[in-house]
Amino acid sequence: MNKHEPTQRTYLGIPVPRPKVAFFELSSCEGCQLQLVNNETTLLNFLSLVDIRAFREAMTEKYDDYTIAFVEGSVTRSDEIERLKKIRATAAVLVAFGSCACFGGVNQLKNRFQDPAWVKKEVYGSHPIETNDTARPLEDFVKVDLKIFGCPVKKEEVEKIVTNVVLGKTIVAPKYPVCMECKANENTCLFDLGEPCLGPITRGGCDSWCPNSRFGCWGCRGPAVDANVEQMQEVMKKHGFSEETMLDRLECFGGFAGHAAEMRNNIKAK
Amino acid sequence: MLFRTAEKTELKALFDMLVEKNTVVGPVQTDTDRMGKPLFAFEPVTDQAKLRLDYTTTRLPAKRYFLPFREDLATFTTDGRDWTKTIGYNIDRPYVLFGLHACDINALNKLDKVLMGPVYPMPYYAAKRKNMFIIGTDCRPQPFCFCRSMGADTVLHGFDLFLTDIGDKYFIEIQSAEAYEVAKDLRTETPTEADHMQFMRTVAEMNKLFTAHVDTTDLTKILDMEFQSPVWKQWGDKCLGCGTCSNVCPTCYCYGVEETVDVSLKKARKTKTLYSCNVVDFAEVAGGHNFRPERSTRLKYRYYHKHRGFVEAYEESLCVGCGRCGEACLAGITVPEVIASVRGEEQ
Ligand code: SF4
Ligand code: SF4
Ligand code: SF4
Ligand code: SF4
Ligand code: SF4
Repeated sequence: MNKHEPTQRTYLGIPVPRPKVAFFELSSCEGCQLQLVNNETTLLNFLSLVDIRAFREAMTEKYDDYTIAFVEGSVTRSDEIERLKKIRATAAVLVAFGSCACFGGVNQLKNRFQDPAWVKKEVYGSHPIETNDTARPLEDFVKVDLKIFGCPVKKEEVEKIVTNVVLGKTIVAPKYPVCMECKANENTCLFDLGEPCLGPITRGGCDSWCPNSRFGCWGCRGPAVDANVEQMQEVMKKHGFSEETMLDRLECFGGFAGHAAEMRNNIKAK
Repeated sequence: MLFRTAEKTELKALFDMLVEKNTVVGPVQTDTDRMGKPLFAFEPVTDQAKLRLDYTTTRLPAKRYFLPFREDLATFTTDGRDWTKTIGYNIDRPYVLFGLHACDINALNKLDKVLMGPVYPMPYYAAKRKNMFIIGTDCRPQPFCFCRSMGADTVLHGFDLFLTDIGDKYFIEIQSAEAYEVAKDLRTETPTEADHMQFMRTVAEMNKLFTAHVDTTDLTKILDMEFQSPVWKQWGDKCLGCGTCSNVCPTCYCYGVEETVDVSLKKARKTKTLYSCNVVDFAEVAGGHNFRPERSTRLKYRYYHKHRGFVEAYEESLCVGCGRCGEACLAGITVPEVIASVRGEEQ
């Protein structure tokens, strides 16, 4: 696509910059990148808004000059640390793209194994495998300038962010919980239907993706600002859900890792 | 006010007459909760048989039809340096709200004062409100209803027709000229003395059902005195800051406005989204300062707007006692309990 340079984009007659953007993946399912390419009508607009220098899901050419790096995935191998540091050194803006990059994502489930060596042997046998004992978010190794939450990210949200970057507008992620959007969508509350949901403590912005389909929220976007996790425990209890049910969800994507650890400690202390 | 009675079968005639040229919205059952109880919502209805005038309450008020949760205030298209702005009030047909309880009609009357007041009426609200025909209906107070305490259990204006089920027929109040025209085409009769007696008995029976109460005596003063009360911290500790209470409230009208440019750079929109003073960024201003960063101050603010500030401005509370916020609050925070705690009453 770089062969056919689109004409200079303008907004209200004013030329808009076309930042050089690259996508990278560390340990991930590449589902976040897939989100971006799966709607072709807006994909073309998106691609003409930025100058894509690397995007494995969408093109084969690869260039090393970029100012914005979208990094998907968590860090689980030592070579990934090196790669990430190199990306950081090149990019003016580094974006943690999706919940793996922001919190470790589903991969960080392995952080709780008591005996990683045993697990490695059970899973891979004698096959040599180079992997760290923990899956870590990007910010454990490099400075992250912007986080885009979600497992996967929400395409509309990414497009909005990129459009705002190009136009020089401020970027704001919702600070309130999923319930705000869920109520706006007029869903029946999952708790009324007898299902658990982390919506009251999870950061909004997904347009209550799961409750819209009658699935309780699993907290993939991590905690809302000022999330009341203690009260969430009370709500779960009142509705007859066990502490393990809540912990399963809290631990799934890593955003609530601290809260989950504290909860486990409190249970042990009881 | 004109009073008539009609046989119950006339309900269908009324419905069919209205559904022809309007979007009729009324209570229908949309779900069953985990206890097996029906859940109701205000939805467009085309078949009178689906209409459930015997509904208890709805989880959400009919808000979507007068204050949509999300609404474009304007859309823009750009062409080179030029741009075109299109404003629509987002109503294409008159609405008939068929079967509002007194609390919800009173809620509209309160919103009218704020949003259609003399200084800056809000055209998006006014356009919908002026194209609305409202049919009220009597109700059976639920354990969480305290509209009586808020003076919202009866309604004097703000509707076109009001139907009270007095056993074998409807007692009809005709309020507007439009309603008079509609009622002319129905088979109605002048109420007899026996009908009056039956109406009064029905109302008296309804009154006996109230179990939840809020003592509003001197409440504005008490709220002034108890601004520093420790109870606010206690409720704040419980609150999830989820905003559900405002979203389900028929009188909460706060909103945020966002401008978004389409990824094509050829279109843009200005969107209004309903908001809640209980969510964390409600009082956050440019530069990042937050005037109410704690849940307790936000929750307190919500009560002060409803039960103090609004009363000072309009001599009435901005709460109609529908009880929806308490029913929907996962933390179990209810207006009667909060107010009782501020008043130092045992709960
Ligand atoms: S379903 Fe979940 S997100 Fe929706 S209102 Fe209920 S708790 Fe909140
Ligand atoms: S509802 Fe919860 S789990 Fe589902 S996408 Fe939104 S934040 Fe993620
Ligand atoms: S009072 Fe209840 S419904 Fe309102 S924000 Fe707090 S927890 Fe949510
Ligand atoms: S504050 Fe609660 S009880 Fe009062 S009108 Fe709003 S939802 Fe109803
Ligand atoms: S300030 Fe709060 S209580 Fe008052 S209308 Fe707005 S959201 Fe409702």
